[in-house]
Amino acid sequence: MTVASNSIDLHKNFVEQFGIFEKELNGKSLTDFHQTRKKAIRSFEQLGMPDRKTENYKYTPITRLLKKQFNFDYASPGIPAISKAAISELLIKGLDAYNVVLINGRFSQELSNLDITLKGLEITDFKSAYESQPDLVGSYFAKYAEFDKDPFTALNTAFSLDGTFIKVKDNLVVDKPIVIYSIAESTAANWAVQPRNLIIAGKNSQASIIENYIHHGNEAAFTNTVSEIIVDENAYIDYYKLEIHGDNAYHVGNTQVYQAGKSTFNTTTISLAGSLIRNNLNVVLDDEHCEANMHGLYLLNDRQHVDNQTMVDHRKPHSYSNELYKGILGGNSTGVFNGKIYVRQDAQKTNAFQSNKNILLSDEASINTKPQLEIWADDVKCSHGATTGQLDKEQLFYLRSRGLGEQEARSLLLYAFAIDALENVKIDVLKEYIDHHISIRLNR
Amino acid sequence: MSKDTEILEELTSSEYKYGFESNIEADSAPKGLNEDIIRFISSKKNEPEWMLEWRLKAYRHWLTLKEPKWPNVSYPEINYQDIIYYSAPKQKVAPKSLDEVDPELRETFEKLGISLDEQKRLTGVAVDAVIDSVSVATTFKDKLAELGIIFCSFSEAVQEHPELVKKYIGSVVPVNDNYFAALNSAVFSDGSFCYIPKGVRCPMELSTYFRINAANTGQFERTLIIADEGSYVSYLEGCTAPMRDENQLHAAVVELYACDHAEIKYSTVQNWYPGDKDGKGGIYNFVTKRGICAGDHSKISWTQVETGSAITWKYPSCILKGDHSVGEFYSVAVTNNWQQADTGTKMIHLGKNTRSRIVSKGVSAGQSQNSYRGLVQIHKRAKNARNHSQCDSLLMGDKCGAHTFPYIETSNNSAQIEHEATTSKIGEDQIFYCLQRGIDEESAVALIVNGYCKEVLNQLPMEFAVEAQKLLALTLEGSVG
Repeated sequence: MTVASNSIDLHKNFVEQFGIFEKELNGKSLTDFHQTRKKAIRSFEQLGMPDRKTENYKYTPITRLLKKQFNFDYASPGIPAISKAAISELLIKGLDAYNVVLINGRFSQELSNLDITLKGLEITDFKSAYESQPDLVGSYFAKYAEFDKDPFTALNTAFSLDGTFIKVKDNLVVDKPIVIYSIAESTAANWAVQPRNLIIAGKNSQASIIENYIHHGNEAAFTNTVSEIIVDENAYIDYYKLEIHGDNAYHVGNTQVYQAGKSTFNTTTISLAGSLIRNNLNVVLDDEHCEANMHGLYLLNDRQHVDNQTMVDHRKPHSYSNELYKGILGGNSTGVFNGKIYVRQDAQKTNAFQSNKNILLSDEASINTKPQLEIWADDVKCSHGATTGQLDKEQLFYLRSRGLGEQEARSLLLYAFAIDALENVKIDVLKEYIDHHISIRLNR
Repeated sequence: MSKDTEILEELTSSEYKYGFESNIEADSAPKGLNEDIIRFISSKKNEPEWMLEWRLKAYRHWLTLKEPKWPNVSYPEINYQDIIYYSAPKQKVAPKSLDEVDPELRETFEKLGISLDEQKRLTGVAVDAVIDSVSVATTFKDKLAELGIIFCSFSEAVQEHPELVKKYIGSVVPVNDNYFAALNSAVFSDGSFCYIPKGVRCPMELSTYFRINAANTGQFERTLIIADEGSYVSYLEGCTAPMRDENQLHAAVVELYACDHAEIKYSTVQNWYPGDKDGKGGIYNFVTKRGICAGDHSKISWTQVETGSAITWKYPSCILKGDHSVGEFYSVAVTNNWQQADTGTKMIHLGKNTRSRIVSKGVSAGQSQNSYRGLVQIHKRAKNARNHSQCDSLLMGDKCGAHTFPYIETSNNSAQIEHEATTSKIGEDQIFYCLQRGIDEESAVALIVNGYCKEVLNQLPMEFAVEAQKLLALTLEGSVG
């Protein structure tokens, strides 16, 4: 990707590029699927790129940052060659899993490791899934991620071509975790990576899904991803989103979760690396007795900017949601947390909790948090809390009086603070992997 | 559930006590807003040239602004040309003493329970009575003057203390601050002015009583309080309006200025007419209130009890500029029927070792919407800033809403900030406990709500605390969640 001039109008640029993209589809522009894309680009035209006045991007000057870094020229998407050896370096070591590898948003059959013997588990590329079963995919695609609300969701929907499709049959317990390695290879000239994932978990099913976003190469790369996750009745899904590798990544991610009755959805979002990260996590609890646990951790340094936006929409009675986001900010970094609990009038007997805790390590770091409650039902228990502070001097003193060096004592306390957010990580190998990277980070 | 519904219905039918209209002759400007109207207001008040210029500057800026749409409230478009911007009770000469005040006027205030006569005898509270945004009487002026305290109507201050007004007006809320502040700056008709000289502790509560009387008028008053070094003042504000079917606009500006070691305590009991049970009529209360702790070790404390108004939209704020300054905000906002409230505070920490505390209690019943919106901002230079915020919401009935929108922005690593918020309804076990002990359901609710709001009510001066407590009981009469 080449260095950009500041003068480009991103909004106009993207709309124009949609025309080129459309031509390349070669006559496939009459399908229902493409009609959705067209609707999305129209929404994008109306929404425009967010600016300072856009409430949801108030603290994240994303348009300015992207403009500074990228020259969004449309180039025909292709898979840059990355050797199998290079890929294996990036995998989570020792994790026995179904591995999906997306390179710049394109599904790579040869790099993925999908020996599926389990009946009823389908893991394929999004493109062929759509082509082979258009009715099924069409009935879910873009039905949950609302492209008329968020410009980046609209953009992803408009340019959606490839990604991952996962379907877990009713009553199936998936034996191994499914890992989606989404690699942004910046050495190749590619204007943007826009993977699209669709995950459907049938009734009474159970699965663990890890989305691992990796930035490979020295140049900056921009990823704009959307994952739609449908959790059917009584299903149980563990979902992890990792942003651990690649300091020069620009990432906008939108995870849209839809939960049916009695289902459980646990998520952990870990943001350690990246210049700009924006995570949107929207969970809709559309029936009774649903449960959603959302944990997040961001450790920032230098000029990193991480923005976590979460929204829990309680639509029906008797559901439960719990949210815990923790942040440690050093250097010139900026953290943003915007959490919203929305309880609709029907959603009586809702219990919803939210907490955001931050530690600032340097004078130049800043954190903006906006925990919000919007409650339209009366018989509820909802609370949120937010704190910003620093390490307790007395605790530091205690450790130092017992012979720990200052750096060691600080790391230990910070580690203890951070580790709370890993409570929901149930895969041991994964926990070690995350833990390892946190430790490296804190000892740096 | 049927009992609850019944009781809730009963609650919604409780009448507004202060809805009468006084028959006072008023001197009004024609409807509409243009430069001529502003010149008319200015000349009516015999203002100096700079004041008029200031107003016109505000007006011209206002013309470039758009009405903000971000609050969590909805109301039909306001036609700014359909409002009377100036209305004053007709009095030929300025009253020298209270005996000269129009008897009808005095009666009005007596009906409101604020007997100006009585005030003369009772020590404790000095009152500035403002009707349709013009000050009609100020009590205890002489006694305060002995101490060097200036407490008078705004127009009087413009005449008699122009240097003070010129220096401080717009210093906290500039004319271009926001839509309604600009509008107010252009057309404000009167208000209270208060100056506490160095080292003086004001011996009594100062108080302004606002009353909208004339129909179709907007009320635009302006309050300016300046506490010089080491002084202290406690200031109260109360308001009511007659019952009318149309909505009336109230867009006031309050500016507080605290110098070194000064302390200002500002309490409001707001009981504007909230509209009838179908949401018809009522006051739009769009107020800009802001204080600046300009000096070191200064303190500003806002306390508000908001029970009235069809729509309340205000954020009493503190700019903590001086080192070691303190800002406080205590609020109870009760909404019923179709009322909407979007209220909260801003704490802007600029100085070192500044502290702020926010306690906000919202109670919503009927079909009302109650929002807390607050900003805590710690600037880079604000070493060791400390903030604690607590906002609780209580819901009564399943058609109302309670919302919390806090913004916390921290750019300093020595800051310590805590924010917590809860939303729930009155616990059945709490009600049961009371019932068990022979307290009927209604009294139980009153008891629990009172306890819930106690933390804020305790901050009110005694004279007001009693009134506020009664007001709460009245607004929530018979309501069970």
